[in-house]
Amino acid sequence: MSSPEQWTHPEPGAGPAATAAEPTPEQVIAGLRATTEGGAELTQLLTPEGERVASAQFDPYVSDVDDEALRNLYRDMVLVRRADRESNAMQRQGQLGIWVPLLGQEAAQIGSGRALRPSDMAFPSYREHGVAWTRGVDFRELIGIFRCSDHGGWDFRHHGFHPYTIVIGNQVLNATGYAMGQKFEGKVGDDNGEATIVYFGDGATSQGDVHEGFVWSAVYDAPVVFFCQNNQWAISEPTERQSRLPLYQRARGYGFPGIRVDGNDVLACLAVTRWALDECRHGNGPVLIEAFTYRMDAHTTTDDPTRYRLSDELEEWKLKDPIERVRAHLARGGGADQEFFDKIDAEADSFAAELRDFVFNMPDPPPERIFRNVYAEPSPVLEAQRREYLAYLDGFAGSEH
Amino acid sequence: MAAPVKSKVDGAVGAVQHLTIGKAINLALRTAMEANDKVIVLGEDVGKLGGVFRITDGLQKDFGEQRVLDTPLAESGIIGTAVGLAVRGFRPVCEIQFEGFIFPGFDQIVSQVAKLHYRTQGRVKVPMVIRVPFGGGIGAVEHHSESPESLFAHVAGLKVVSCSNPVDAYWMTRQAIDCDDPVLLFEPKRLYHSGNLRAEVDTTATPDPLFASRVVRTGDAATLVAYGPSVKVCLDAATAAQEEGTSLEVIDLRTLSPLDLDPVFESVRRTGRLIAVSEAPSESSLTSEIAMRVQQECFYSLEAPVLRVTGFDTPYPPAKLEEDYLPDLDRVLHTVDRSLAW
Repeated sequence: MSSPEQWTHPEPGAGPAATAAEPTPEQVIAGLRATTEGGAELTQLLTPEGERVASAQFDPYVSDVDDEALRNLYRDMVLVRRADRESNAMQRQGQLGIWVPLLGQEAAQIGSGRALRPSDMAFPSYREHGVAWTRGVDFRELIGIFRCSDHGGWDFRHHGFHPYTIVIGNQVLNATGYAMGQKFEGKVGDDNGEATIVYFGDGATSQGDVHEGFVWSAVYDAPVVFFCQNNQWAISEPTERQSRLPLYQRARGYGFPGIRVDGNDVLACLAVTRWALDECRHGNGPVLIEAFTYRMDAHTTTDDPTRYRLSDELEEWKLKDPIERVRAHLARGGGADQEFFDKIDAEADSFAAELRDFVFNMPDPPPERIFRNVYAEPSPVLEAQRREYLAYLDGFAGSEH
Repeated sequence: MAAPVKSKVDGAVGAVQHLTIGKAINLALRTAMEANDKVIVLGEDVGKLGGVFRITDGLQKDFGEQRVLDTPLAESGIIGTAVGLAVRGFRPVCEIQFEGFIFPGFDQIVSQVAKLHYRTQGRVKVPMVIRVPFGGGIGAVEHHSESPESLFAHVAGLKVVSCSNPVDAYWMTRQAIDCDDPVLLFEPKRLYHSGNLRAEVDTTATPDPLFASRVVRTGDAATLVAYGPSVKVCLDAATAAQEEGTSLEVIDLRTLSPLDLDPVFESVRRTGRLIAVSEAPSESSLTSEIAMRVQQECFYSLEAPVLRVTGFDTPYPPAKLEEDYLPDLDRVLHTVDRSLAW
């Protein structure tokens, strides 16, 4: 942890001026620097060029990751990216109501997701399709949310993957409570301990629920890993609209460790998350991970990033691509050949085609679905409403309406 | 659930105890915690202090700090973590200190507590209770005397109940904890320690269903319907009216969501008149819903329009003025007269 004396305060005038119609060149440069450089404390095991960086602290956490394991991580990322792109296209074609792209965040999600054990529980926000994949949730199980035919009904206990949460920050408290439960049940304290991980973005760190989650987890030593994907943008608001200091440093104020990892480095994300989960398993309380990454696409398909960010920034981040660095590392070290890459690309194509076929043939839910599962125990008032509406619909039987 | 219990309050012996509303809720929490070790209590000051109203008195001493959690001071945190605990398999009972402080947790209640079951097509149950001391008449400062129950009754996915006497206070708490849906229990704070409301609570009895209204006094001239602290006001009004020869029926609504209005419809078909009484402001409130449903179901039985005695459509006033604001015996009787004169 750095000391407060080492914190850098923004120079007056640096950073976007709220009232300026056009940023000054100095502001542009400052903004680029702020968003593309993770700083000296960035934990990285694979450089953007695919070079392996040694780390005394974190190498032990990935000592089992051989070429085959790296190829599997590569495959995870390629398939998830391909499904993401296909879903984006399907929204453009009117088959999905909306899509929330994860482009650029594959390493953060696959690395952290693959660090989890079956007995752990993950609480996502709404962009964690990659984590869902690592938890065995098929894209077909979650696409209904974006097809607008359901709210997401996968078996969360079986997968260890809680339903998506759309209200920003809510899930951080829910995850903290769940982790408190793990602790109260005595599931924490050794290598076999359980842990919870919760995903949220840089924007969410401004929410009261995130602050309260930090407070609660610290007070109760809850075994929860706070995994913040800092993708630099909360829709159109840059990170400096949320915080004066690097987000991972906030942990210090709550009394638990905070660490910044290269969110585009799948190996570092895997190692750091394993370490953080271990801390939780052993009963050492919460950890904040800031995965420093970039949202390469829009916030959702309703968004237009060209209105608020510079293409230079995007070009900078393209050089840090999470998939390309693993590919380069494997190719250079002989861990994979062209045949392997072609095979994965072909698998991705058929994976996307299957998803596409599934979406195009998804039936709409019946109107009766509106009334189902509002309560665990039946409600007579609602039952009467249901009967009345279905009888009304029956009146149209045989006619077009 | 009706097994004899070990718990005793005030040294009482056996299954029948002479209790106030506050002591009855305390006993209900205690017996529920004895019956199921997944039941936990959490809230501000609920441990060592026993809650600002002493409702949780002695629980932390007997069940420990992992069953009775003195939480940090943040309502969203209390409710949001309880959601996670419920998902994990616990049955958390949250205490909100005063109804006016529930709003930091309103987001969690509306967005997560109420909707998780629906969102997941029934895969996630949220069996949690949120206890809310509510209502006025205690001479308090702002935010300590309000009646926001209609805001919660309006939210699909929540169940909302309110007790008016010690027997219900005991059983409704027990049943709310046993319910697989989230339940908000609105407790009439000014009656917590009311000695003249003490009643015999038999912990081995068979209780009424949780989501059912109850006729608590029979009469034939007009029907009064109320819940929580207003039930006592109505019962006192009925006693006074009887002295003048007017027989009033009083219904304790008990469940605010789902509403159980069948007993109200039945009663109004006999009396032809209804007065709904509540401390909450009247506009877009539970009393509005009751009036609407009664005109729908009892149109040909009504001898007068449904009338209301409620708080005004203002923020709760400074306590020096609360006697004017709160429905009292005189306002109820005055409204009964208006109905009878129709």
